[in-house]
Amino acid sequence: MLRSLFIIFFYQLLGEAIQKFFEINIPGPVIGLTLLLLTFIFFSKKFTQSKKIIKEISAISHQIINYLSLLFVPIGVGVVMHINYLGDNLFTIFSIIIIGTLATLVFTAIVMEKTINLEKKNGKRR
Amino acid sequence: MAREDKLYKIWVYLQAEPLFWITLTLGAYLVGDYLYKKSKLNPLVNPVAISILIVSSVLLFLDVSYDRYFEGAKFIHFMLGPATVALAIPIYEKRNLITKEVKPIIFSICLGIPFAILITFYLGKFFGLSNEMILTMIPRNVTAPIAMGISELIGGIPSLTAIITIITGIIGASLGTFLLNVFKIKDMSARGFAFGLASHGIGTARAMSKNKTAGVFAALAMGLSGIATSLFVLIIIKLLI
Repeated sequence: MLRSLFIIFFYQLLGEAIQKFFEINIPGPVIGLTLLLLTFIFFSKKFTQSKKIIKEISAISHQIINYLSLLFVPIGVGVVMHINYLGDNLFTIFSIIIIGTLATLVFTAIVMEKTINLEKKNGKRR
Repeated sequence: MAREDKLYKIWVYLQAEPLFWITLTLGAYLVGDYLYKKSKLNPLVNPVAISILIVSSVLLFLDVSYDRYFEGAKFIHFMLGPATVALAIPIYEKRNLITKEVKPIIFSICLGIPFAILITFYLGKFFGLSNEMILTMIPRNVTAPIAMGISELIGGIPSLTAIITIITGIIGASLGTFLLNVFKIKDMSARGFAFGLASHGIGTARAMSKNKTAGVFAALAMGLSGIATSLFVLIIIKLLI
């Protein structure tokens, strides 16, 4: 478990360092995620030993990810406590967020489902 | 009197300790989760929204500042980084599903992101918001650090963008499932991808808790939409403003 935690923390650290060094607009943890993924894809084929580590990290990662929602509570509370920053526009902003977000969500889901089905049909014809 | 004095002293001591606020946050989340399960997993009863409301009410009732609360809550907040890195594992485990759908993924990003930008822009115009406020709102569908960067770049107000981004995540996560059911979207990868694209990490957390395939596609969409929004936003804004 300690080894897995170390690897996860280390990759985040690596991501943060790269983000600061190259001054890119992508958050450190997302860079860490990408690097860890690339490491797995690249090394799991080369060493059978790394399969064991992947299994170990997998167990702990699923544990953390199960509580992903909880981790957003502190920021969410911050938003509620600072909601007056939005000022007179509060109602307008909320309306735009609700309509805009839900429309985007449905639009994207429909586009994706349609293209997946299209791909399936084309695949069958071939 | 003496006893009340003692209780007050204990409270003064405890509220200055991180432990109190960590315990409150965990407790509030457990209540939210309990109500969610009790409601037979009704998507409108969102554990995150409930726990945020509980904690905020406690803070307002006890007249405790957010900074004081965050002294404790930062330990929970801290885990967001490692948890994001940990998303690499489910993505790795489902990599075959992803490579199968490369074309739909690219297609959905190239249509979904411009749609997200344009709908915020035109809704903003429709409701008569100032240009600065519209620019502040535009990057709201991507993860907060990226959204703030984009906001600064295009002339919005980054701190407001952060608030708007989090609200977007919570709205998408709590109302999204319900709406996707109304539109009868069944494909788990399409549902997840839409969550990640429209409501970043909070949407991803939501998708992940329902279905691992949906969660993986949400995480993927969250990452891709951050990059795609940075690219599309500059082109679209040049054309519009």
